[in-house]
Amino acid sequence: MTAQQDRVWQLPEGPEQLAKALEGTGYLPDDGIATAAFLALRMHRPLFCEGEPGTGKTALAQALAQALDVPLVRLQCHEGIDAGQALYDWDFPRQLLHLRTVEAANTGDLDVEAVEASLFTRRFLLARPLLQALEDAPCVLLVDEVDRADDEFEAFLLEVLSEHAVTVPEFGEVRATVPPLTVLTSNRTREVHDALKRRCLYHWVEHPDLAREVAILRRRLPELTEVLARQVAGAVRRLREMELLKPPGVAESLDWAEALLALDRTVLDAEAAARTLGAVLKYREDADRVGTAGLDSLLAS
Amino acid sequence: MTPSTDLTPTTDPLVGLVGFARALREAGLPCDPHRVQAYLAAAGEVDVASPVQLYWAGRVTLCADPDDLPRYDTAFEAWFRDTRRPPATSTQVTEPTPSRIAALTPTPAGSGSDDEETPELHVAASDTEVLRQRDLSELSDAEREHLRSLLALLHPVAPKRRALRQAPNRRGDPDPRATLRRMLRAGGEPVALPRRRAGTRARKVVLLVDVSGSMAPYADALLRFAHVVTRRMPAEVFTLGTRLTRITRALRQRDPERALSAASRAVPDYSGGTRLGETLRVFLDRWGQRGAARRAVVVVFSDGWERGDAAALAEQMARLRRLAHKVLWVNPHAGRAGYAPVQGGIVAVLPHVDRLLAGHSLATLERLLEEVRSA
Repeated sequence: MTAQQDRVWQLPEGPEQLAKALEGTGYLPDDGIATAAFLALRMHRPLFCEGEPGTGKTALAQALAQALDVPLVRLQCHEGIDAGQALYDWDFPRQLLHLRTVEAANTGDLDVEAVEASLFTRRFLLARPLLQALEDAPCVLLVDEVDRADDEFEAFLLEVLSEHAVTVPEFGEVRATVPPLTVLTSNRTREVHDALKRRCLYHWVEHPDLAREVAILRRRLPELTEVLARQVAGAVRRLREMELLKPPGVAESLDWAEALLALDRTVLDAEAAARTLGAVLKYREDADRVGTAGLDSLLAS
Repeated sequence: MTPSTDLTPTTDPLVGLVGFARALREAGLPCDPHRVQAYLAAAGEVDVASPVQLYWAGRVTLCADPDDLPRYDTAFEAWFRDTRRPPATSTQVTEPTPSRIAALTPTPAGSGSDDEETPELHVAASDTEVLRQRDLSELSDAEREHLRSLLALLHPVAPKRRALRQAPNRRGDPDPRATLRRMLRAGGEPVALPRRRAGTRARKVVLLVDVSGSMAPYADALLRFAHVVTRRMPAEVFTLGTRLTRITRALRQRDPERALSAASRAVPDYSGGTRLGETLRVFLDRWGQRGAARRAVVVVFSDGWERGDAAALAEQMARLRRLAHKVLWVNPHAGRAGYAPVQGGIVAVLPHVDRLLAGHSLATLERLLEEVRSA
């Protein structure tokens, strides 16, 4: 832990420099993402990323951690998530054992106050992601899909996000020496409370444009040829324009390109597309719709 | 949008930035002092001479919703590119006036409303009972006033679902944390074994209100009903017509008149046509499938008059049914004597709804609340 505390941020001087560092990790940001992340770093504010699934919100946090050379602490939100899963929990089995040991070793009468104090010390405290991020700072804290958690859960986040501290009633306050860079992502399944949004910088992430998507594909899959990358990006773009239940994101186009590579294809033709469509379309209705529209129209350039 | 580079620099940047935030607030963005402060701090961090950086510094601090983005773009263009400043307008506090939505209040407003006194109401209990059964589309102005007060008295109770969080309960699983505390108190002896069990939580409720022409006589009363529901439970309200509009935010205000006028300002397609299947698809794509409708109780207020393709409507209803916990369809005409579900739209949706209910009177709306609670 001491090694971690000695570590300091390599703070970029401007959005352009941060963009370069991100590009070095294989994540190609546009001006908006680079500026938003830069401001989040400089202003010590969480970055609230909202957008369609598959636009690279989670990947941004991973790339930031890599570019800044700090660990990534991830908290995946889900319905019913509570403080015990997100902040901290007490290690009950160990506490019980400790209590028994104290009791067995005890000769005179038990000093309840002292035993209680010894039970609620740091070694019995299990750090869950939020507490861990505060202790490990500097780091990147990713609170993924915050919209899936119940709205009460947002209240837990407020103290962590604005004070960079967690208060454990039996133990005291844990405060980060350096505020972690926090990235919150949301697929917008519900409106997140204003109190939370107000503490954050807001960024709406959109699908990358054609040139950027080609660049992303080629960067992630170096063995992919320019021709095939263009074909895949173009076809995915056309799929997004069709009214599908689940329009494919960047993650799907990467999957698709990878599937084509695995089959040793060098061009995306109707036959290859039909074989690998399952990598892009995840609903039967969508596959039917594309099937009736005709795969050829999808591939026409 | 990428702003162009030929911007005219202002003499004092701070004044310009604060003024910009103010212009945004007038455009309807949530620019409270907290956000403006963040904006100024962000502008201090980036290169103010670079329009791209200035644009993004404002966008990430002053916007909070994808719907804000086009307004931000327009305001940014107007403020930083146009040398002629819009005159600073003073903040106007508008008194809420009873909103007149759709055709519910047919009396023209131009007949000198000042000297026109509200007719005094002498309502006995029996009148109230009669009013509860009356068709909402056939009420007089006085009855409408009375109905508003009756609607405010409704007491909606949210449906329950099992919660993940556990609460002390005598018949549950052992609770280690509480056990440890009891042991401490007893000097290390496990004398009692406290137990815990999952409690219940309010289930989500989604109200989809058709505001097309054929539903116009009921729109005002139904939106007031939606307001009462939104105030009492975690509900999302959308209007359906030629397009989908989310009015939950507008309806969250306490005052019904303010809420209703905010809602009517938000809805662009009152008394228009209906494209039920299409708007339902937009709802499911943008909200429903992502979570708003998942395991929720969904209530659709519509007469099922579908201009578009009934098959498309059926397809979307099937999708909704797969996502939702219960789908209730409320048709105001279903309460009329001799009603039979024969219109194309209704026939198409019937296989995909859990209950078809009437919703033409206060009494039927009360029954609907019962149905929602026990869902």
